[in-house]
Amino acid sequence: MPKLHELAHCRAGDKGNTSILSLIAYRAEDYPLLAAQVTIDAVAKHLRGIVEGDIRRFELPALWALQFVCARSLSGGVTTSLALDAHGKSLSYALLEMEIPVS
Amino acid sequence: MAKPLRIGCGAGFSGDRLEPAVVLAARGGIDYLVLECLAERTIALAQLRKRKDPARGYDPLLERRIELLLPELQARRFRLVTNMGAANPLAAADAVITIARRQGISIRVAVITGDDVLAEIDPAARTLETHTPLADFGELVSANAYLGVAALLPALETGADMVITGRVADPSLFVAPMAHRYGWALDDYDRLARGTSVGHLLECAGQLCGGYYAEPGPKEVPDMANLGFPYADVDPEGDATFGKAEGTGGRITLANAKEQLLYEVTDPFGYVTPDVIADFSKVTLRESGSDRVAVSGARGRARPRELKVSVGYLAGYVGEGEIGYAGANAVARARLAGEIIRERIGRLFPDMRVDLIGATSMHGRSFDPAAHPYEVRLRVAARAKSAELAMIVGEEVEALYTNGPAGGGGTRKYVHEQIGIVSTLVDREQVTAKVTIKEYAGNAKAA
Repeated sequence: MPKLHELAHCRAGDKGNTSILSLIAYRAEDYPLLAAQVTIDAVAKHLRGIVEGDIRRFELPALWALQFVCARSLSGGVTTSLALDAHGKSLSYALLEMEIPVS
Repeated sequence: MAKPLRIGCGAGFSGDRLEPAVVLAARGGIDYLVLECLAERTIALAQLRKRKDPARGYDPLLERRIELLLPELQARRFRLVTNMGAANPLAAADAVITIARRQGISIRVAVITGDDVLAEIDPAARTLETHTPLADFGELVSANAYLGVAALLPALETGADMVITGRVADPSLFVAPMAHRYGWALDDYDRLARGTSVGHLLECAGQLCGGYYAEPGPKEVPDMANLGFPYADVDPEGDATFGKAEGTGGRITLANAKEQLLYEVTDPFGYVTPDVIADFSKVTLRESGSDRVAVSGARGRARPRELKVSVGYLAGYVGEGEIGYAGANAVARARLAGEIIRERIGRLFPDMRVDLIGATSMHGRSFDPAAHPYEVRLRVAARAKSAELAMIVGEEVEALYTNGPAGGGGTRKYVHEQIGIVSTLVDREQVTAKVTIKEYAGNAKAA
């Protein structure tokens, strides 16, 4: 199974204790696959132990992109987290580790 | 068609590199240079510095940035807009005037105050994050409302060379020069939304040019060492084309612009600023040349009635210690070291975190089951009520040299004060922005 890393790129951002992860297909033809496979449930399962709150998913076909807004993902928030990467800047590459089935 | 308004971004955070802004100022042909230097926590830290010295409390790099940029500003007559005022915009302007006098450059600075609402904030107000009262978080050290275009326009209308602010919504720093140049009304929400999309794409400076994007292989970016900072050529409708100065490194591409458009956006259908609620979902990005990307199509709806206020509070201290292990059983030895620390001092620190740097410190786990690091660093971090207590964490990690597993080396220890940030809302009418002019008229009278 290919990893998302082969099909898409991602930038991680933060607001308080929320991590915001974009997922952007390199090619327009891969967007439907991402939209079908990278569901909220799949992301929640993949990022278990990291994302502790609800996940919202936005579909942005004009950008070939999905946007995941993950609540309670930064160990209490950038400003009071004990984590080394308090902003969760590196979480983009955690998402891209996800394997997806291709028919 | 008239020459479009060219706005450059010369800093994307407080600690950003100095040189790219100078290149943009000297060779970018810009009308405005915006320096965005305030993250969530920056003002609270600045407020603590102001408490110790009432003449401080502005951006710690202000002098170094302004010393480099004032001669360019004098030579090319662009205008500079910055939130480097942080907790003390008036003192920031005084610092600028001091530099101008020393350099013999005349300058007028418009200072915007009014964002600091610490004296007025209601401790019973509930936070947006936890819905509990602000007072529950401990001693509040800062409360700053996010000002917008409405607060910036009167400062631009004074004709000042430089505008210095405290807390302003980042995109507003860019939208204000557009609204000023093109005479946009404050309820012209589609134009304000388009301008906001432009400001949002610019506000992290190098991030639009390949910074935070580059990855050898799939995402190659040339000449990262000389990464340039971007500008936007904005037309009267608020649509824009991005570029960067000739000869600078990095690259402006469609893929990178998409990442930046969505960066830190919690709702792409409703991005909230003090000026507008912008819908980025129908935004069109298109490569229009080498290092040129055009943006258009954001839509806007009415601005929110309330302003967001960012509130800083004292959150105690954090102590940290690190020690490295390498070679056979490195991970097992580091794990043992962590267990020893927990047993020795865990009872003193209910909030303690033990990481293995090189294995699990970033994501709490590894997604690669076969990963087998040759070396690993133990990191212990814990929260404490006092700096003295926090010190114990690093001391105990250091003591693993002679009291822990074999071959531990390269210890480091740190203690730092923590400032927490939460946010709340205030009614727009409760916040009054004010403009003060500070000026150095030149040394014409000097002998």
